[in-house]
This record gives sequence, structure tokens and C-alpha cells, in this order.
Amino acid sequence: MADGFAKIMMYLQYPFVRYAIIVGVLIALCSSLIGVTLVLKRFSFIGDGLSHVAFGAMAVASVLKVANQTTLVLPVTILCAVLLLRTGQNTKVKGDAAIAMISVGALAFGYLLMNLWPSSSNISGDVCTTLFGSTSILTLSERDVWMCVILSILVIGTFLFFYHRIFDVTFDETFARSVGTKVDRYHLLIAVIIAVIIVLAMNLVGSLLISALVIFPALSAMRIYRNFRAVTVCSAVLSVISALAGLLISIAAATPVGATIVAVDVAVYLICVGCGRLRGAAH
Amino acid sequence: MAFITCKDLAAGYDGEAVVEGVNFRVEPGDYLCIVGENGSGKSTLMRTLLHLQPPIRGEILLGDGLKISEIGYLPQQSSIQKDFPASVREIVQSGCQSRKGLRPYYNAEERALARETMEKMGITGLSRRCFSELSGGQQQRVLLARALCATRKLLLMDEPTAGLDPKVTTELYDLIADLNKEGITILMISHDIAAAMRYADHILHIGRKVFFGTRDQYEKSGIGQVFLAGEEATDG
Repeated sequence: MADGFAKIMMYLQYPFVRYAIIVGVLIALCSSLIGVTLVLKRFSFIGDGLSHVAFGAMAVASVLKVANQTTLVLPVTILCAVLLLRTGQNTKVKGDAAIAMISVGALAFGYLLMNLWPSSSNISGDVCTTLFGSTSILTLSERDVWMCVILSILVIGTFLFFYHRIFDVTFDETFARSVGTKVDRYHLLIAVIIAVIIVLAMNLVGSLLISALVIFPALSAMRIYRNFRAVTVCSAVLSVISALAGLLISIAAATPVGATIVAVDVAVYLICVGCGRLRGAAH
Repeated sequence: MAFITCKDLAAGYDGEAVVEGVNFRVEPGDYLCIVGENGSGKSTLMRTLLHLQPPIRGEILLGDGLKISEIGYLPQQSSIQKDFPASVREIVQSGCQSRKGLRPYYNAEERALARETMEKMGITGLSRRCFSELSGGQQQRVLLARALCATRKLLLMDEPTAGLDPKVTTELYDLIADLNKEGITILMISHDIAAAMRYADHILHIGRKVFFGTRDQYEKSGIGQVFLAGEEATDG
């Protein structure tokens, strides 16, 4: 235990570790904020589908040897988010089938590209990194960190500014429409935010585990609190704590970063389920 | 000029009319009930009046200074709301969303309006409670309070007493009647023809034949007599 603590203190002296912690906390904060809406609106599967799209785009970017991969991955993911939301609203096209189609297609396409034009000799290592995050968060450049900080501030700012609107369209779309709220515009906004978060979170936990980062804190908070504001705040707090704990544990125990954070998220969820039960019994 | 004037309106989905030939007017202070068989297009008509879907033919004219954003709507509950973590206060306040415009937070005036409306609906004590944990009658009062935050003029309600027990139903009807006496215009879809005849002053019957007129005219009309007799037969 003391050994692990000393190890953490030693690592904290390195800038790349501090970067990783800043980025990790910001990403956890952003993803938990929008997670509440995503879960309540039954949009969780869109997040999952989009993360696969981001994986495909990442593969294309690495094959094309684009210097800053985010500049390609972000627009592609935003575009797909908008398209998926459109088909989801049109009842004639089965929304869930469309999402499955796009996400699995992107996954296969990405893996194919990575195999046909390998960017390094270790293909399975590259794929594993993109899917599960592994060590990539510890190799962030200063530029990546700034990119992440700016995007996070944008996401958090947008969320705070439109907090009540997001509640309005999440709780009752029909009523919101009837009093003249431009519901489609806010759905579009939510889709763009999801896309940005997914691209950010790919660095932290990899594309397969992103949904966990978005969904678990929201579900945990909903076990304890029964109003929207408290759920949002609690979800943000839980998410930041889990990410921080996950990062530190992974440094001390040399475990994969993404998987460790998600494991902490799962543990927190189980604790919250227990607390919820106790409260339910007390009432 | 009436609040709402419908001229030869046809409403439905994908270009196919569910109900057509609808002509009626809603004057300030009216209490209008929309009645008809199940599936006759009552909800579709109401959605069209709210501009939630485009009319297939005909016109809906708003008058007397009524804006579309000033109509308070009490929709039927959606499945999302069944386990939604939202407090009563958060929901009632969201009735002020069109007043608020692009301002990020509610101002003192809007919060005061939400408080007063909750007081009036007798739900002040519930303001911190979670909506999904309330009884059906309490939930309808919350949604009514939200609609009242959106309007001081006209309320549109889609079967507000669906699923409520008789005592709570009567209480809700009395509450709505009081609002009408205070000058709020009521337009309600009702499957409860007896209550419609007791409280409403105008009836719009839709189905294969459309009727619009005062309650007394409806009672004497052929279509009204057939429908009222049919309902009595099923009730008895």
C-alpha cells in the first residue's frame, strides 16, 4: 500500500502523468454530464454505435497518416451522430438496425484498413490500443492536452448554458414542442456533444469502453437521487472520483488505464445499488 | 375574433385524413369538450391544433392576441416519465420555458410564478418529491401546474382523468371548472361523456359525422342523442 503510494507520488512528478490526470478528469466530467440525458432518453445505444464509428475513422486517419487524428475523427463522428439521430426519429427506418449496421460496418472496415495498410509492425497492439485505450493516455503531447481542455470547456459551457433546455426536451418532448421549443435543434446539439465526448474519451478508455464512462455514473446517481439536478451533480462527482481512482490505481498496479477506470465505475455502481436498496428499505 | 377558429380542417398522418370537415370556434372563456369514439382522431386533432403536426387540409386561425406559445398543453403521459428522476418543482418550472427564451436560468419572476401555481394546485408540499413516485392524481396536478405556467389564456388537455379513481377524477374536474370560472379557456378531450355534459358549455363531436355546438344543442341533436344513449347503455 505504502509502496503503491510512493510510486504514485513519484509518477506525479512527470508531466505526462499530470497531463493524463487532467485529461482524464475533464473527460470523465463531460461524459457524465451528458450521460444522464442519454440514459433517460434511451439514447445510450447511439453512444455505443458512435464509438465504433470513431474507431473506423481513427483507422482511416492512421492509414492516411494524418498528423492530428482528431481533425479527421471529430467531423466524421459528428456527421454520423447527426445521421443516426435523424434515422432514429424516422419511424419508417428501424433506428436500432441502422445504428447496428453503421457501427458494426465501421468496426469491420477499420480493422480491415489497419490490416491492409499497417502503420506499425504490431497490428494487434495498435488495434488493442484503439479499442481499449491502454497506454495512449500516458503519451499525450501538450497539444493533445490543450485540444482536450478546450473541447471540454466547450462541452461543459454548452451544457451549463442549455441545462434547462436539455431537461425540457428530455423530460417531455411533446410539451416542449407545444410551447414552441425547437426540439430538433436541441437533439442536434445533444448529438454533437455526444460525438465530441466520444472522440475525447477514445484517448482515455478506447472506443469499446466509452459507453461505460457515459452510462455508469448516470445510472449510479439515479439509484441515489430522485431529481434531475441532484442526479446530474452526483453523476459528475462520481465520474470524476472514479476516473481519478482508476488512473491512480492503474499507475500503482500497472494495470490498463481504461479497463481500470471502468472497473471502478462498475464497483461504484454496485455500491450505489446497495445504498439505494438501504434507502428504499428505510422509507 | 375567437382564440381558435378551424375552417374545414382535416387532420391525420402521412397525407391520410383520420378526421375531416372540422369547423369550430373557441371563444375566450369557453369550456369545450371534444368527444367521439376511440380512434376517431381526437388526439390527432389536438396535436394539429398545437402545430405538432401539419394539417392535411383547411385552416387553423389563432386570434384575440393568442400566440401558439401561449397555449398550455396537458399531454398524455409518456413512458419516459415513468422512471424519470425529476422533482415536482423542476417540472412545474419547465412550464416557463418559452417565457425564459434563451436565458440560461429562470429569473425570480418565473420562479415565483412556479411557486404560486403550485400553491394554487395544492402541490406545494410535494415540490421536492420525485414525480414518478406520486399518485396518478398528484401527477396530473403537477402537469396541470406546468401547463398553467405556460398560459393564462387557453388550456388544451388530452384525457386528463384517464386512469384516475372516481374521487380523484371529480376533484380534478372541479379544479378545472374553477380555472374556467377564473377566465381560463378550456379545451379538453374526454372519453367521459357524462362529465363532459356536466361541465362543458360547448361540445365538439368528431367521427364519421362532425358536430359542433353548445351543450344544449348537442343534447337535442340526432348525433348527440345516439352517442349519449350508447354511452348510457355501456355504462349501465
